[in-house]
Amino acid sequence: MFFNLFFELKAAKVPVSLKEYLTLLEAMTLNVAEYNVESFYYLSRSCLVKDERNLDKFDRVFGSVFKGLEPPDNPDTAEIPEEWLRKLTELHLSEEEKAKIEALGGWEKIMEELKKRLEEQEKRHQGGSKWIGTGGTSPFGANGYNPEGVRIGQEKSRHRRAVKVWDKREYRNFDDSVVLGTRNIKIALRRLRQFARLGAPDELDLDGTIRSTAKNGGWIDIQMRPERRNTVKVLLLLDVGGSMDDHIRTMEELFSATRTEFKHLESYYFHNCMYEKVWKDNRRRHSEHISTSQLLNTYGPDWKLIFVGDATMSPYEIVYPGGSVEHWNEEAGQVWMERMLDHFKHACWLNPVPERHWEYTPSLQMLQQVMGHRMFGLTLDGLDKGMRSLGR
Amino acid sequence: MKFNGTDSYVATDDLMIAVNAAITLQRPLLVKGEPGTGKTVLAHEVAKALERPLIEWHIKSTTKAAQGLYEYDAVSRLRDSQLGDEKVKDISNYIVRGKLWDAFTADQSPVLLIDEVDKADIEFPNDLLLELDRMQFFVYETQQTITAVNRPIVMITSNNEKELPDAFLRRCFFHYIRFPERDTMQEIIDVHYPEIQKTLVREALNIFYEVREVPGLKKKPSTSELLDWLKLLMSDDISPEILRNKDPKKLIPPLHGALLKNEQDVHLFERLAFLARREQDN
Repeated sequence: MFFNLFFELKAAKVPVSLKEYLTLLEAMTLNVAEYNVESFYYLSRSCLVKDERNLDKFDRVFGSVFKGLEPPDNPDTAEIPEEWLRKLTELHLSEEEKAKIEALGGWEKIMEELKKRLEEQEKRHQGGSKWIGTGGTSPFGANGYNPEGVRIGQEKSRHRRAVKVWDKREYRNFDDSVVLGTRNIKIALRRLRQFARLGAPDELDLDGTIRSTAKNGGWIDIQMRPERRNTVKVLLLLDVGGSMDDHIRTMEELFSATRTEFKHLESYYFHNCMYEKVWKDNRRRHSEHISTSQLLNTYGPDWKLIFVGDATMSPYEIVYPGGSVEHWNEEAGQVWMERMLDHFKHACWLNPVPERHWEYTPSLQMLQQVMGHRMFGLTLDGLDKGMRSLGR
Repeated sequence: MKFNGTDSYVATDDLMIAVNAAITLQRPLLVKGEPGTGKTVLAHEVAKALERPLIEWHIKSTTKAAQGLYEYDAVSRLRDSQLGDEKVKDISNYIVRGKLWDAFTADQSPVLLIDEVDKADIEFPNDLLLELDRMQFFVYETQQTITAVNRPIVMITSNNEKELPDAFLRRCFFHYIRFPERDTMQEIIDVHYPEIQKTLVREALNIFYEVREVPGLKKKPSTSELLDWLKLLMSDDISPEILRNKDPKKLIPPLHGALLKNEQDVHLFERLAFLARREQDN
């Protein structure tokens, strides 16, 4: 029985090892958990999951292993028995609410509608007011506000005495693929740290002192050295305006995280693609800008270059001179991109557009080519890969 | 020997099971969670409840794993040798014991708190693997092996600034302190301020959870901030009616300094108040 849980966890990519499984068995033989499912759930969670990002996966696996449910990932294939739903509503709805159901055409009608929508629905859904999912106002789904709502997969769990705690999936937020928060971004950015000793010597160098004291015939000769500091230098170029408006929040988070993480950080804005100028302040972008060649002269090749943008534009904007939507550019965007990449050996592009949509945008594909496949998604995972590629 | 929470600390069921599993199996317990949810306090309370001494090791970015075991004070030995001190002949005079040594040799098995393990260098947890697993280490200078007489209860807290190595995680129990729900929060408040007015708590909790829901807050207020705020509300004799006052002109809660810790968040609130006022005027 536990084997099943172990292998299912492995299949769900929760990193579990034999050692942890043995620990769980040991804890079970020592009677750490009382003989009830909830204690066993807590105990196995504490033994097998070591990262809060995996807690949600664990809850899902635990739910499916010990209830024989279909994994909730594909609700379109799940068949929900009618009696079960009926029982649920009887449990949850007051007489008054049941009357409202009648007003809507009665139970039969709602079930019919539910079936229809289950067939129509293709993907897992959250929010919204029609589809079945969680947190919406549709009559079907979990955590809804609609009084005639049918709660799916949320039996009783609104109360603290809930039998099925894992059904609550309270750790949803920490899953890997969620949009970034500044804290997470900072952690990913730390991969870029490069320590070096620069500046005033203000730390005792013990090894050096001993070595030179020995050389000095036994008389103490104190050696000092500078403190270790993060010396990585980052040049951040941010796409702004137009199609980037959809990603403003993510961008702000990334920007504020980088601001505090790096001591040497310079940031400039561009629009859609690199051309002959960039600017520091968006409000004065037309009056105050610096030329890209000046940028190349100012920052040496030891600076690490990070582009952030959705790379979504007309292909002409990259390939042809004069292709820019905003001004007449003498040289094509691609030329400027290549010039930048020749100068800055360590460069990458972070893209807030979800990776699965990339192949549908030709301009994005082209820039991916130009970048030499160093374009990564602006997710925790992508950021991590990007920072690794910069560190190389 | 079981931990069931104390009269000053509300432990949820899952936390108790994790703590008891770690105590019974004598493995370290790794505790994570939002700042201010009582990670460090947990170790204090476990020590109190089990009547064990508490040894605290606070980790900083410069802390080395070896410092927890022992340090060889070469500089003072060198100085003593130049002054011709007799002490210099015995090297053990210059071995300074670390927190782990203290914990291993204590008469009664203590609670060892390794606080904010993620502050240290990435290699730090790896350097402690064997020591925490076998509860023994070797002192090269004096050629002696220090073994734990009574295995200490090890609690490790992390703020998630760095990812911890897998090998280290495999040896620990893990618990993530989730942000308390209303009911749990109510219990926590009851434990800390038994005399507080019920209506005040209700109104304050309403505001508190509303503040946490505001999108775009840089630092969400947490349990410890709520407790500070309640203390202020009590000492300033703020009545529940003032809190209940839903006047949009006073959207910023009274004594907000305890809840909102940076000026951007306060600005955000002022902006929201301004928008609410404009909506009302229209």
